Amino acid sequence: MLLKKYALALSLASLLACALPAWALPADLVLAVAAGESDERIAAVAKLVASGDSGVEAYFQSLLDGEVQVAGGKRVLIVKDRHAVDAATGEKVEPLPENLDDALVNNRLRGTLEGARSALKLSSPDRAARLTAVKALEDGAREEMLPLIGAALARETDPQIRQSLTLVQAGLQLKSADAAVRLAAVKALAQSDNPNTKMLLLALLEKKGDVYAEPDAAVRAEAQDTLKAVQSQLSSAERFSQIFTGISLGSILLLAALGLAITYGLMGVINMAHGELIMVGAYGTYLVQNLFRAQAPALFDWYLLAAVPVAFFASAIVGMALERSVIRYLYGRPLETLLATWGISLILIQTVRTLFGAQNVQVENPVWMSGGVEIIANVLLPWNRVVIIGFALAVLLLVWVLLARTRLGLFVRAVTQNRGMASCVGVPTARVDTLAFGLGSGIAGLAGCALSQIGNVGPDLGQTYIVDSFMVVVLGGVGQLAGTVYAALGLGMANKFLEGWSGAVLAKIAILAFIIIFIQKRPQGLFALKGRMADA
Amino acid sequence: MERRSFVKSIAAGAVVTAASLVPGSYALAADTIKVGILHSLSGTMAISETVLKDVTLMAIDAINAKGGVLGKKLEPVVVDPASNWPLFAEKARQLLSQDKVAVVFGCWTSVSRKSVLPVFEELNGLLFYPVQYEGEELSKNVFYTGAAPNQQAIPAVEYLLSKEGGGAKRFVLLGTDYVYPRTTNKILRAFLHSKGIQDKDIDEKYTPFGHADYQTIVADIKKFSAGGKTAVVSTINGDSNVPFYKELGNAGLKATDVPVVAFSVGEEELRGVDTKPLVGHLAAWNYFMSLKNPANDEWKKEWAAYAKAKKLPGADKPLTNDPMEAAWIGIHMWKQAVEKAKSTDVDKVIAAMAGQTFKAPSGITSKMDEKNHHLHKSVFIGEVKADGQFNVVWKTPGPVKAQPWSPFIPENKGKKDEPVKK
Repeated sequence: MLLKKYALALSLASLLACALPAWALPADLVLAVAAGESDERIAAVAKLVASGDSGVEAYFQSLLDGEVQVAGGKRVLIVKDRHAVDAATGEKVEPLPENLDDALVNNRLRGTLEGARSALKLSSPDRAARLTAVKALEDGAREEMLPLIGAALARETDPQIRQSLTLVQAGLQLKSADAAVRLAAVKALAQSDNPNTKMLLLALLEKKGDVYAEPDAAVRAEAQDTLKAVQSQLSSAERFSQIFTGISLGSILLLAALGLAITYGLMGVINMAHGELIMVGAYGTYLVQNLFRAQAPALFDWYLLAAVPVAFFASAIVGMALERSVIRYLYGRPLETLLATWGISLILIQTVRTLFGAQNVQVENPVWMSGGVEIIANVLLPWNRVVIIGFALAVLLLVWVLLARTRLGLFVRAVTQNRGMASCVGVPTARVDTLAFGLGSGIAGLAGCALSQIGNVGPDLGQTYIVDSFMVVVLGGVGQLAGTVYAALGLGMANKFLEGWSGAVLAKIAILAFIIIFIQKRPQGLFALKGRMADA
Repeated sequence: MERRSFVKSIAAGAVVTAASLVPGSYALAADTIKVGILHSLSGTMAISETVLKDVTLMAIDAINAKGGVLGKKLEPVVVDPASNWPLFAEKARQLLSQDKVAVVFGCWTSVSRKSVLPVFEELNGLLFYPVQYEGEELSKNVFYTGAAPNQQAIPAVEYLLSKEGGGAKRFVLLGTDYVYPRTTNKILRAFLHSKGIQDKDIDEKYTPFGHADYQTIVADIKKFSAGGKTAVVSTINGDSNVPFYKELGNAGLKATDVPVVAFSVGEEELRGVDTKPLVGHLAAWNYFMSLKNPANDEWKKEWAAYAKAKKLPGADKPLTNDPMEAAWIGIHMWKQAVEKAKSTDVDKVIAAMAGQTFKAPSGITSKMDEKNHHLHKSVFIGEVKADGQFNVVWKTPGPVKAQPWSPFIPENKGKKDEPVKK
């Protein structure tokens, strides 16, 4: 029976426009929730919840989705795609009345509604639904729900949900009039790892004038102990997420610098247009996104997979064209290379500006890259960051295999170490140069593809990363892939830890100052090539 | 030696007077009246400023279609200062002394306005500044059609403190590192002190222009919010807002727990962001696109038609916002003032500006204050909806007079509410 009711409620939510369900909610309460002063609306929500009607949950959902409108200040309608049904009776209303007002939901009401919806979901037969509901309640349960939660706790059998429910209940019982109940609640809360608990406990310990918010001294003492326990839980979560952000920034730096590690590190070309090759990759991603949106909207979520090779080859082709037409005539003349590539970077920026406009373009995250995953309590890892870390590792692996395990890699290393000798034994040095430069540029394109998912894509995109890229390569040691990896991760970590301690502006300055000092003491970087050929 | 410097200063003085006399007389002599548009069309601020250029051009088209001003057509001179503050001053000088424009509409960030201010004062130019700002300035040569702090920041924070706004007890003041956020936050800190909120419950944070990695900031906000009901006041400017809101959405920081109220984020800035996780975050402005009134409906229609005709980027989803409205009011009031003064002479126009009224798309009849160069404005607070528009959840009963010198900064005591001659 219960199951049936819920199936009905669910179908209501999805098929409101066409289904003609018969349900009856008290019309006065429905109206009181939809319009009026916030205090009265909140009181009406509690009453509706208490009425236990099956349509309540669907009605709350419609309110949260902004589908509820009030006709002439009297009749409450749920309007979807210009089809209206009466919120109280479920009858179809045609034609659409003229004088419709949106039922506004502000943050305060939204919090109440979300809480109420979760409280109602506690009686769902589906374990997963109950678990999400109780997790939502941990973040913000309201006093009105205490009886509902008590009832849910009484019939709940799943140990995990039970534990969460107990915590929610304890959080609410802190406001109980009975000191013994409060004491038990404070004790129970020691298991909590939710930041809200800390907020609740701090409120208990607050002191106004000479009067504590919590009159009972025993409860206060217990609250102190609990607070300590909760705080230690929270701070370990904090440390973990700080390390994660460091790794995430490191992975971005690594992606941006990896291409440069080949073109500058191995080939010795000071490529000031490296940032613009990243930008080309990002714009390639943008074009693929547009193509998918226009041609295959159903597959839109997977456009990124197609964008990866496009970004690689777009940048690689631009890079190889550069090498063939400009850079190859400048090998061994670093100053001229620097100036020429800088000029090229300006030309590329202006070209993109002319083609796509000076404003940033929008690259949307696919759905599977939005939101995050909670690995341990209170540590939410955003999917886009996790994916980019994985992507950076994959690219790193690819580059390493290419350089260390393939014939092309062997040639590249041979040519960079001793051009003359390589040429003598029959390596086509000119072609190897082009291919290697193309590889470095292509990897820059891959970085652009990844960066488009977290930052802005505009003609100036490359300018923000060029300094960081050179910083990583120089710090890591020119000509060393491993050095680049360590430098990227190290800088990412250092930056994030400093940022937490001194703010974003000072952190950036401190990192630059550190690198200047470091390079003075150790010009060859973290890892230096050893051997006779190092200086050739 | 002395004589030489004397001659030099005479020469310089002559140049200055000549330059300051020329714009008006030149414009009168020509067949068109030149007006300058000084907005960044590239760089970090382009996200916000490009549409201001477009809406000003639309206003010029509309005015010209009705016969222009004083029987002459307006001729726009558009320059791109590229989000580069010193370049703003150079371009302003070029507009005033080379192109001889009668008036300039421009600037977004306060740092750009501060950069052009000496140029306008030196050459006696006229600038219409269409963006909300921190106050603490009152120049004879500038008309401020955006909000002063008491028309935006203070009401917004008052709302957050109220029961309806969540009753926040702790505040994170987060901004881009330049003069507008720093000054606004100084005013807000003093205001919060007056409401009994102590320094330990206020966390001030700044990021550089174009900052893209908000992981640490968002994590810090989360941590700070564990100490009591927290609200975030964001004065982040430019395209940094996109990564900030993306990070906020991904980190699952919901508006019901920690509401973020922004002073520089409108419909246009949210264009590139998935707004579903951001539902309920707030913005305080003097205009929202979602306002329902005939003047707004008409203006939105006009803008949609213009964007389509000119094939502007984003014309498939035309958006209007507060600074666009302020720019629109500004150029129309200037036109009215020129017609009243029967001249484009800067000093005459400034005198004629006092008390000008214009039926604004926000639904009120906007009035230029008789003395202090600021508009009287209604204040609205809106919550982000899933479609990137705003639900107005609070508004002032009527227009509010601007206080460019905030009473919450002690040094402002006794400062005059009108431009002081130097």
